[in-house]
Amino acid sequence: MIEETTNNASNFVSEVDSAFVFIFGISLFFLFAITIVMVYYVFRYRKSKNPKATHIEGNHKLEIIWTVIPTILVVIMFYYGWAGWKSQREVPEDAMTIKSIARMWSFGFEYENGVTTDTLYVPIHQPINLDLVAVDVLHSIYIPAFRIKQDMVPGKPDFIWFESGKIGEYEIFCAEYCGLRHSFMKTAVKVLSQEDYDAWYKGSSQTAEGAGAEGKALFQKFGCFACHSIDGSKLVGPSLKGIFNNKRMVIKDGEEIELVADAEYIKRSIYEPNADVVKDFVPGMMVSYKAMIKDEEVDQLIEYFKTLE
Amino acid sequence: MTQNESNQTHVSFRDVETRFKGLFAWVFSTDHKRIGLLYLYSIVTFFLTGVALGIAMKLELMAPGRDVMDPETYNAIFTLHGVIMIFLVVVPGLPAIFGNFFLPIMIGAKDVAFPKLNLMSWWLYVLGALVALSSLFMADGPPDTGWTFYAPYSFKTNTNVLPAVIGAFILGFSSILTGINFIVTIHRLRAPGMGWFKMPLFPWTLYGTGWIQILATPIVGITLLMIVGERLFSIGFFDPALGGDPILYQHLFWIYSHPAVYIMILPAMGAISEIIPTFANKTIFGYKAIVISTLAIAFVGYFVWGHHMFTSGMSGTALYTFSLLTFLVAIPSAIKVFNWVSTLHKASIQLEAPFFWAVSFVFVFMIGGLSGLALGALATNVHLHDTAFVVAHFHYIVFGGVGFAFLGAIHYWFPKMWGRMYNKKRAITGWVLFFIGFNTLYLPMFFLGISGMPRRYYDYVERFHGPNIVSTIGSWVLLIGLVVIIYNLVRSAKKGEPAVKNPWGGKTLEWTVDSPPTLENFEDIPEVTKGPYDYR
Repeated sequence: MIEETTNNASNFVSEVDSAFVFIFGISLFFLFAITIVMVYYVFRYRKSKNPKATHIEGNHKLEIIWTVIPTILVVIMFYYGWAGWKSQREVPEDAMTIKSIARMWSFGFEYENGVTTDTLYVPIHQPINLDLVAVDVLHSIYIPAFRIKQDMVPGKPDFIWFESGKIGEYEIFCAEYCGLRHSFMKTAVKVLSQEDYDAWYKGSSQTAEGAGAEGKALFQKFGCFACHSIDGSKLVGPSLKGIFNNKRMVIKDGEEIELVADAEYIKRSIYEPNADVVKDFVPGMMVSYKAMIKDEEVDQLIEYFKTLE
Repeated sequence: MTQNESNQTHVSFRDVETRFKGLFAWVFSTDHKRIGLLYLYSIVTFFLTGVALGIAMKLELMAPGRDVMDPETYNAIFTLHGVIMIFLVVVPGLPAIFGNFFLPIMIGAKDVAFPKLNLMSWWLYVLGALVALSSLFMADGPPDTGWTFYAPYSFKTNTNVLPAVIGAFILGFSSILTGINFIVTIHRLRAPGMGWFKMPLFPWTLYGTGWIQILATPIVGITLLMIVGERLFSIGFFDPALGGDPILYQHLFWIYSHPAVYIMILPAMGAISEIIPTFANKTIFGYKAIVISTLAIAFVGYFVWGHHMFTSGMSGTALYTFSLLTFLVAIPSAIKVFNWVSTLHKASIQLEAPFFWAVSFVFVFMIGGLSGLALGALATNVHLHDTAFVVAHFHYIVFGGVGFAFLGAIHYWFPKMWGRMYNKKRAITGWVLFFIGFNTLYLPMFFLGISGMPRRYYDYVERFHGPNIVSTIGSWVLLIGLVVIIYNLVRSAKKGEPAVKNPWGGKTLEWTVDSPPTLENFEDIPEVTKGPYDYR
């Protein structure tokens, strides 16, 4: 369930919203006032009603008045905007840091215990500092209910922070166009009570069991699901259903060849994704994960893929 | 003098015998009026293409999920819509069409200062347009980066970014040459007696625009060349994978592209400043204040580009400096609005189609400008940046502002350009439909933005559905209005009643020459003694 606007969804909402009310209030007042005057003049001074115009070249006093008043108003607006924004760049010292990773086309959140999720879990009344990392192109993390947004620029770490005062689930969108599945790049932030959060945090770090369980967690962690389905449906990348030791048609150096998706092929596809591109898929869509996924993690992923019959 | 005699001595520029015949008599003509019409026909063609793409986008957004097209197609369509509308329609729009046709006549000259350069500008425009659109017919399809070509995505995508970029580069030269030509024309070719402050306001705005074209366009030129260098030779300017900086790209892009908005809007304001006094039968209120605010907009407009990047991670000092400057540029725009409205006070108003376009311009321009205030303030910008709110704001300025001014200008100067009158009732019907359609199309997008819908969205969550349906329906009403307007004008250009020299009672020099003008506009260069809008 996604919460609509509420005043304490984040600590910034009331300040940003009062800036909105001030700016929109003045804007609407001027829009209506000027429009009413204009329509009245058109009606009152139409030719049939007023056949002879009066020659008026201007009025210095009026010009000064309508330069000075808007100047004062916009300076006040500037101040409101600046005051409401300033605190967004000042992170409290006791903030809890969560690493946030954006890649085409999913978000990932990595907590201090090493667990990674695709939904952001945070406790209520706790300042949260998101360390922003983009791995491929520009993204922008946007939480409308919290009134915050920050671009995620590859090679330029940045941050965004908030403190939520209301338990609930709020949308997270990617606001910066990032290619094919930009509009599907969305997730949610779940604000939990401290007890619920602690329980979740403790439970999350316990390793799951069963064949390929670690690999499944990695599949989530690195956001692979954003482009590769496990049920056979075609997304941006080929589905991984039944991939292991099956035949695939790939394009290698412009030639169409058939090969078997063995462990070596899967590893190469993760480290050099554009070496062999499965037929009917576009090269260049995936970046190399060599710096992110370790050798043993690849093996764990392969164990997981084996279960996808 | 009878009609017959006047036809013998006064040959319209359309019927003049030249070296070439037929189409060649137009595409090789150095007559500023023919070049103006060449621009008109080419720009209208691209405009209609852009409209079709826009309607297709609205159709896709009518409901969540896939409606009529795949995301690949949608992304390419919104990119092409932006590239075509910005680079091929709105930037050249008013200066190239009405500036070419009317600047020399309004200042009492026989042509622009460099007629051959003027023709070359048009040829460059056509070449640039063809190069930019050639990507449509190439294997990997048109670019899907958005018209901003933001790095590093524009280096990662496999679509044909280069043709669009090289096309925009060529178009930049067309724009620069037009700017130089107009500035020299205004400096050197004003009629005797026409001091700077006796010059009409439309030429004044072309003067401000000319300087922006000369000073800002080279920056986008060099930026586009850097993209070419990066894509072809892997020189790392912008792509972090090569050691470049994506934020640098955004700075360079907006240093041009923000002033470009003023290239678009200043001549639009100029056209409105011509239409209002003519139909009010009254001199414009605060002529000098309007001139000074024009120059102020052109000048301050250079220093506000950073407001496109409030969430990009720039330093805090840069953010509030740009925010303050952005607010300052609002003031001269407000002054203009107050002056236009005051002109109507104690006027004697002829209620004709061009006047309705001008008054509705003031209304939609106010919505566009006032919505810009919420985008200029930092706290509110962070929430609204990259949402549908920005798209609505931008379209209220560029389609509402420039578009309404364009349609007002064409209804105003139509009798002079074609020497015929259009059907006045049908013109007003077209305006009513267009006005309703326009507001139905874009007002809901403000609400979508405030409630958090990002822009460039192929798909959206269910709670955004309602306003999107309304917006799509608005696009159809707007389209119907546009069809009525175009039908009326095209039909009247051939079959309309012949127009007199001065159908609206205007006071500027274009209303003293024939409709349509002769090749050299004036038999004798006029002597100017009065201000441009003296209705006493």
